[in-house]
Amino acid sequence: MNFNQTDDRRMISDSLRRYLADQYPVEHRIKIAYDAPFHDPRNWGELAELGILGALVSEEQGGFGGEGFDITVVFEEFGRTLCPEPMLGNLMGLRLYAAFGVQDKVDAIIAGTARTALAVFEADAFTDTSEIATSAAKAGENWTLSGRKSLVYGAGAADTLLVAARTPAGKIGLFEIDASSADIHGYAMIDGGGAAEVGLDNTAAKCLSEDAGEAIEAALDAGRLALCAEAVGAMDVLKEMTKDYLMQRQQFGRPIATFQALQHRLVDLSIEIEQARSITIHAAGALDTPGRALAVAKAKNLIGRAGKLVAEEAVQMHGGIGMTWEYAGSHYAKRLTMIDAQLGDTEDQLRRVMELMAA
Amino acid sequence: MDLNFTPAEDAFRAEVRSFLMDNLSEELATKVRNGEELGKADIEGWHATLQSRGWLAVTWPTEFGGPGWNAVQRHIFDEECALANTPRIVPFGLGMLGPVLIKFGTEKQKADILPRILDGTDWWCQGYSEPGAGSDLASLKTRAIRDGDDYVINGQKTWTTLGQYADKIFCLVRTSTEGKRQEGISFVLVDIKTPGIEVRPIKLIEGGYEVNEVFFSDVRVPVSNLVGVENEGWTIAKFLLTHERTGIAGVGASTQALHELKALARKLKRRGKPLIEDPLFAARIAQAEIDLEALRMTNLRVLVDASGGAASNTIASMLKIKGTVIRQNLDDLARRALGPAAAPFPLEALAGNLAVAPPEAAASAASYFNNRKLSIFGGSNEIQRNIIAKDLFGV
Repeated sequence: MNFNQTDDRRMISDSLRRYLADQYPVEHRIKIAYDAPFHDPRNWGELAELGILGALVSEEQGGFGGEGFDITVVFEEFGRTLCPEPMLGNLMGLRLYAAFGVQDKVDAIIAGTARTALAVFEADAFTDTSEIATSAAKAGENWTLSGRKSLVYGAGAADTLLVAARTPAGKIGLFEIDASSADIHGYAMIDGGGAAEVGLDNTAAKCLSEDAGEAIEAALDAGRLALCAEAVGAMDVLKEMTKDYLMQRQQFGRPIATFQALQHRLVDLSIEIEQARSITIHAAGALDTPGRALAVAKAKNLIGRAGKLVAEEAVQMHGGIGMTWEYAGSHYAKRLTMIDAQLGDTEDQLRRVMELMAA
Repeated sequence: MDLNFTPAEDAFRAEVRSFLMDNLSEELATKVRNGEELGKADIEGWHATLQSRGWLAVTWPTEFGGPGWNAVQRHIFDEECALANTPRIVPFGLGMLGPVLIKFGTEKQKADILPRILDGTDWWCQGYSEPGAGSDLASLKTRAIRDGDDYVINGQKTWTTLGQYADKIFCLVRTSTEGKRQEGISFVLVDIKTPGIEVRPIKLIEGGYEVNEVFFSDVRVPVSNLVGVENEGWTIAKFLLTHERTGIAGVGASTQALHELKALARKLKRRGKPLIEDPLFAARIAQAEIDLEALRMTNLRVLVDASGGAASNTIASMLKIKGTVIRQNLDDLARRALGPAAAPFPLEALAGNLAVAPPEAAASAASYFNNRKLSIFGGSNEIQRNIIAKDLFGV
């Protein structure tokens, strides 16, 4: 047993940390994350050059990583700077392209010359693929899609979208469309970064698989793991900010860090953060095993609880300053709160754990 | 990152498991599983069984008769013992005094005392807390005054666990009232049969007898029973507080408690269905399992981390807090699973064949109440938070 990162992963995380610190100082991040296009498009090529995208898929698939820990080192760094680049959608899309052997797309995404996003969820289907209503129809050899996809992360920055839709056989198929052929309405999220509503009306599509339910679940689990790691990175930073604030802020003639009521609350946050880190490690280790679903569901459940606790406590302990837009901590708190709602929240994950336990 | 045990560690686990299977009697395992109070003979018998294999003093180096295990091996051993429902090793001689003597004792003390701990001749208990000195241990008042070649001890210790079985007690006593409070404390070994000592049992919340008060009036102890340097006993006290805390998270015991809880929830019926199919209760179990999964990994991170030092002190305190809270939650769930059937006093109900609950769960309420101690003893969870805060804020 060994909890050290390999040299390769440490190099990725070191260079990514330097790059993100340099390119996304918090004032800049706040400026770009809430206005179209909700990220800094100039940087995508450089992120690809750093090897970030290649790290997300295996060597056989054209990348040079692809394991759980490759995903977590990247996203933990994203979490530390609240980087709003549309990496989540590309992670899930890239893994699906790789799973179905679409090599030209895999290569282009790794090279940074193409971007994709995964359109799965709908207003009445936000946690899994079972209630998907978007339909796929086939006329001759040609597929078309109709329906509406919601909260498609990074859709506004994508060249192609991978869409989950119900086939005439009742299965969940996976289809590729040109982003330009869909009706895409992008918007900023309250915690920064862009998502979009995607309207499909007999939109021409290419079928990657007529039965992709399992593959999509696996890609979503990779996304959930990424979110867990992102949360751990954000929690570490917000905890440090809170600690620094407590030590510097004076009331009643002394730093408020000297009050035991506040000390113990920060201690409790620290404990939950260690638990969050541990369960993320556990999930990363299980990503390519039969225990994947259970381990990821456990992790996302705990992360949801810990993230909300850290966010709310950090705002509270900062007092008024934590309520301001100008203060970086408030954006970390928002991210940590809203990350829970992405790809199935605490309750959804608990339900999964219960189902998997009963099975 | 590699989350797998090595083949050697897997083989070690198999060796431990097979030893326990061959040497732990069904009768004793059932007693432990049912949460029955163990007698002195049960515990001494189990100690002897482990000692026959050289696995009793798990933290001692081989030269003193320990197995020389590393932290991961000790963790595996703990886990297997919990899963097999062995009695817990009583820590006062083996886990506390032994390591203290190995570090601070004279050659004569080591030679005289360690073998008697190993072979069970001496049962040791701990004389630390006093009525006025709990979390603030340095305020202890039990006085030892030098008189020729003796100390004369007067005062009172309390919360002395299993003192009713003890032959000897190691005590923190005040040998000086000058200077800082911490600087006048000494660590002294006392034969509990010495005239002037009285041990009185304290009945606990669940009705059991586990702890005692120990009164000292003009108790004469040879000065040669001092461990380390006079007035420097606080160093030893601190060493004990931070020594060997890899088992502190109780991961093995909680894993077993979760296992039992699930089995119980499958067996019990509510509204015609197994309790485990009740979504509200199943959700509580699932969440407890998630928290324990994270704790297991946190514990392994600490075990494998070779860096040691101050950071590991913090994380040991974290493990103590989280581990005790998780265990208490599991005990709470087992008690709640039974509903009103948790209420009958276990011994009476079992003796009269009146237990409504399955026998292995009849003591659930008693265990729940007894284990409220976990967040209080060994440095209360609030004191642990102070320790972490000190490190966190660098003050």
